[in-house]
Amino acid sequence: MLVLGLSAFYHDSAAAIVRDGEIVAAAQEERFTRKKHDANFPTNALHYCVQEAGASFADIDFVTFYEKPFLKFERLLETYLAFAPRGFGSFRMAMPLWLKEKLFQKSLLIDLLCAEAPDVDWEKKLRFTEHHESHAASAFYPSPFDEAAILTLDGVGEWATTTMGVGSGNQLSLNAEIHFPHSLGLLYSAFTYYTGFKVNSGEYKVMGLAPYGEPRYAQAILDKLIDIQPDGSFRMNMDYFDYCTGLTMTNEKFDALFGGRPRKPEELLTQREMDLAASIQAVTEEIVLRLTRALAAKTGQKNLCLAGGVALNCVANGKVLRDGKFDEIWVQPAAGDAGGAVGAALATYYLASGSARPNRGKDSMRGSYLGPSYSDEDVAARLRAIGACFEMLDEETLVQRTSEALAEAQAVGWFQGRMEFGPRALGARSILGDARSPTMQKMLNLKVKYRESFRPFAPAVLRERVADWFELDRDSPYMLLVANVTPERRRTMTEDERKLWGIDQLNVVRSDIPAVTHVDYSARIQTVHADTNPKFHALLAAFQARTACPVLVNTSFNVRGEPIVCTPEDAFRCFMGTDIDVLAIGNCLLRKTDQDPALKQNYEHAFELD
Amino acid sequence: MSFLKDMAAFMLARKKFWLLPALVLMTIFGGLIVLTKGSVVAPFIYTLF
Repeated sequence: MLVLGLSAFYHDSAAAIVRDGEIVAAAQEERFTRKKHDANFPTNALHYCVQEAGASFADIDFVTFYEKPFLKFERLLETYLAFAPRGFGSFRMAMPLWLKEKLFQKSLLIDLLCAEAPDVDWEKKLRFTEHHESHAASAFYPSPFDEAAILTLDGVGEWATTTMGVGSGNQLSLNAEIHFPHSLGLLYSAFTYYTGFKVNSGEYKVMGLAPYGEPRYAQAILDKLIDIQPDGSFRMNMDYFDYCTGLTMTNEKFDALFGGRPRKPEELLTQREMDLAASIQAVTEEIVLRLTRALAAKTGQKNLCLAGGVALNCVANGKVLRDGKFDEIWVQPAAGDAGGAVGAALATYYLASGSARPNRGKDSMRGSYLGPSYSDEDVAARLRAIGACFEMLDEETLVQRTSEALAEAQAVGWFQGRMEFGPRALGARSILGDARSPTMQKMLNLKVKYRESFRPFAPAVLRERVADWFELDRDSPYMLLVANVTPERRRTMTEDERKLWGIDQLNVVRSDIPAVTHVDYSARIQTVHADTNPKFHALLAAFQARTACPVLVNTSFNVRGEPIVCTPEDAFRCFMGTDIDVLAIGNCLLRKTDQDPALKQNYEHAFELD
Repeated sequence: MSFLKDMAAFMLARKKFWLLPALVLMTIFGGLIVLTKGSVVAPFIYTLF
């Protein structure tokens, strides 16, 4: 049975294809169109998935869309009615879109699918799952567990913003929900907006900024904005928010509570934003911990599966793990809406087929390497066509030369195998650097990624060495757990360094791997496994042989505002537009010094800032 | 037609019939907003309200 899952029309549209319960391919549309968070119908991703499955459109048994438009419309109408006459401005903006397009999403989807394959009876094959059901399915079905508790948290789907339930075998039951407008995702997004970052993409920056601050506003949040019960359920005080009726997240009352207007994008970051970030992060962790404790007590389950945008908050995930209420936690690597495509397809497969879920003992996301790949011959032909100068090497030599460049503190573009599905680069479309270098973080942020200097980088570490370097003793293949650098790898700070505050802490060398050690000694860890990414594993092993360090900086292969590279041409453009020194695409090795200077690009302002 | 059938089935399933008048009114109102965006209907709206 072949099931296609689609997520689209809000943000991060994506397609995924599942054959007999196995995820064959999944990709986000933004990677093909080069438009960050592209929300359009995922035509390119859809074509790629069908092609990767070696199928034709006629072979598809079901197409499942990841949410239910009528339910969403019901929520919209009821919200406008509840707040009327306030909200007219928002109503005026939203209604044309709904009445022209969104309300007729079923016909729209059928029309768009017919445009690809007119002879197929798409109406018969089309299914819809609820938004959080898609998230829950994406969290449980690919997980390594036979049974697990499930928690999904995001901004909002139809009505639900938080759901809890249990997965067992091929069954999934969600039995508790928190409804809009009470939403942890939207609360976090409100602070994202207020601290001057873009909603739906800047949440990561807020999380990265939090360790520079003190949670001095946490009590104000708890006193005024949100009422949290011991079981983690919550209600928000909507007097402080504008998102139900207005076009912004927060209002004047919110400004008054936190002592000023929202920071404008790109304005200088001050200690206030850092403290606000620390405060909302602390409150988020408190809510997530209360929810997971209550879920553990209620279900008696030993394993936990997480999905939804809030599950990308890896700092909170790390705390849940260390809280010890669950033995194991598994987070869907594409926890945001793109991952809904995978969940929608899997939910339909198990519902329609009734097939048993195989007991694999490991997850079925295949390292999240579910996107397109290119053979060495194809890469070479493409590189020649764009005038690139490269050497074709055998794999062993490529790995050795790359590790040598890394040991010399050069920035390396690493483009290998199938592209990752989800927001994190996991060693298939990555920029790598030497984690031991004290200048690497600044250099990568300012000269390669063209992004804010405060933003931390994540380490990729050999799985078998993770416990020697970090306070973590388990797999974290998707960079979704945060743990501290081990005390013996930390550097004792001087008295003067200890006194530093806020952003001044950035340049202090805190450990043997300063490029990936955040100001609170934390790191967002990716464990690299020989079975899911043997070449990246070999590279880390070669780097370790040279330097005795099995850790590399791993950041996504893109610049600020750009979707992660998809094709060799995208990679070459980014290479020529930034200070990346070496680029390895398959077994083709390119050095910046060998390239025609005329091919250099002005890349810094090529993309709209995120 | 298929849309109306789906909508009727949805309202039956959700048992939210009280939404129907609101839905009709808001659809008319929303529809006017759509129509008045640069259309010839615009002048009549001012006489209606």
